[in-house]
Amino acid sequence: MIIQTKNVDFFYGAFRALTDVTLDFKKNRVTALIGPSGCGKSTLLRLLNRMNDLIDGTRVEGEILFEGQNIYAPNADPVEIRQRIGMVFQKPNPFPKSIFNNITYAPKLAGIRDRGEIEALVEESLKRAVLWDEVKDILTKSAMTLSGGQQQRLCIARALAMKPDVILMDEPTSALDPISTAKIEELIDTLKKHYTIIIVTHNMQQAARISEYTGFFYMGKLIEFNVTEKIFTNPDAKQTEDYITGRFG
Amino acid sequence: MCAVAGSKPAVPAKPKKRTIMESRKRALTSRVREIIIKNLFAFLAFISVLLLGLIVLFLFREGLPIFKQISVSQFLFGSAWYPTYNPPEYGIWPLIVGSVIVTVLSCLIAVPFGLLAAVYISEIAPARIKEILKSIIELLAGLPSVVLGFFGMVILAPWMQETFDLPTGLNIVNASVMLAVMAIPTISSISEDALYAVPREYKEASYALGATKYETIAKVAIPAALSGISTAVILGMARAIGETMVVLMVAGGSAAIPRGLFDSVRPMPASIAAEMGEAPFQSGHYHALFATGIVLFFITLAFNLVADHISNRFKEEGSGTL
Repeated sequence: MIIQTKNVDFFYGAFRALTDVTLDFKKNRVTALIGPSGCGKSTLLRLLNRMNDLIDGTRVEGEILFEGQNIYAPNADPVEIRQRIGMVFQKPNPFPKSIFNNITYAPKLAGIRDRGEIEALVEESLKRAVLWDEVKDILTKSAMTLSGGQQQRLCIARALAMKPDVILMDEPTSALDPISTAKIEELIDTLKKHYTIIIVTHNMQQAARISEYTGFFYMGKLIEFNVTEKIFTNPDAKQTEDYITGRFG
Repeated sequence: MCAVAGSKPAVPAKPKKRTIMESRKRALTSRVREIIIKNLFAFLAFISVLLLGLIVLFLFREGLPIFKQISVSQFLFGSAWYPTYNPPEYGIWPLIVGSVIVTVLSCLIAVPFGLLAAVYISEIAPARIKEILKSIIELLAGLPSVVLGFFGMVILAPWMQETFDLPTGLNIVNASVMLAVMAIPTISSISEDALYAVPREYKEASYALGATKYETIAKVAIPAALSGISTAVILGMARAIGETMVVLMVAGGSAAIPRGLFDSVRPMPASIAAEMGEAPFQSGHYHALFATGIVLFFITLAFNLVADHISNRFKEEGSGTL
């Protein structure tokens, strides 16, 4: 158990986006969050590394525990939490800097100055993100010259360079073509040995392919959470069955 | 059903035809209107370009004759500006130095203020304070320069004269401060637009990598907005170098190369404004002032070209190599 949410409610102003979500994320496993648009799955994901702090007029109730500590406790430091829980976004968003400087962004913030250490970290992160062979000769080029799929793997490498424990992925392949999507999925499969991965996806086949646990959300509520195989073959809730068989959503 | 359908068309056919004719007519009139509007706009645009062209032409026609009397380099780099002496001397180097020094100094003051104000407004201030500050800066931009000049003359100048025990408070520093006040709104509002245009995704990526707000501003927002900020600075400089009233009122008006920051200077616009009324029509002095105008024209043109170049270059490369 690495992250637990306990009776979490979340509000955008007066709008209640999440109702009473209680959920456990297991260490070094891939957990998928599925559900129709607006069901609150991305909102929950962004709560896990306090990204929703950046939106004005939001409010959280309940507890989210990361390694037993409530990350919404008054003395919790969001910066520290985000260093341990990395995030990859829907649209690839590398900085308009060189490939090298994209990777070194977080380590430099963390105070690593030693050139050798930084270079080793860049190589290791890019290798883990299976991008090294494609970019090792063009590290000084702008990240904007890469293709969409390469940019997304660069974003994953950038998050890995921070040495996080958890990686949150918010529909990481929805802006990519099928080949790039397949590469990212393979990558997720290799990453789960070292990291806990929580992925929001619109693509149910993707959830079935890559995840070990799946949570189904509907209208801001967690309807069902179980082992992925069980969710996709024999779900307990009628709504889950209707959704995965394509009757709505 | 078929029989009914077949028998009916004769009756509604007439009104249908009429509507087609009507709509055709309407299409025709709207097309004519489109053509008229298009030509009207083209005409107005052409008129303003033509006027500008005529002004430039006039500037050159009145300014170029001075170069029959002295060479271009004598004019530009001559260190004596005595247009009313006999024989007159038309070296505008002291005026160029005066213009450049007040512009550079005013930018040294205005860039930090303008940039920090822009950062505060676009990234840090809460919504309400943001609105208030934005309207104050707009107000500052709308302040007539003669008001600023007056302020510099009756408040800043006597204060400086007393505090620093100077022969005159009308000097480079005074003019630079006043010009900076004029340039700050330009620099601040254009920089703020540039910062606002930095995609939200970049900032989110930075926060998600464990950056604080200030690290995000310094390492992501400002570098990504650098083209807009450079444009802002150059347009602010262009505004300062072309400004006439303030420098006429508070720069002191001495046409000599300054030795210190508290010396008086006579920037080019001030010289033109002060002397044009006294210069006899078509005299050497008159032509020399127009030629000074040409120099000023080229300097501001260069500033604008540089600003344009910077913003275009960064646009094409997606600010790729920062």
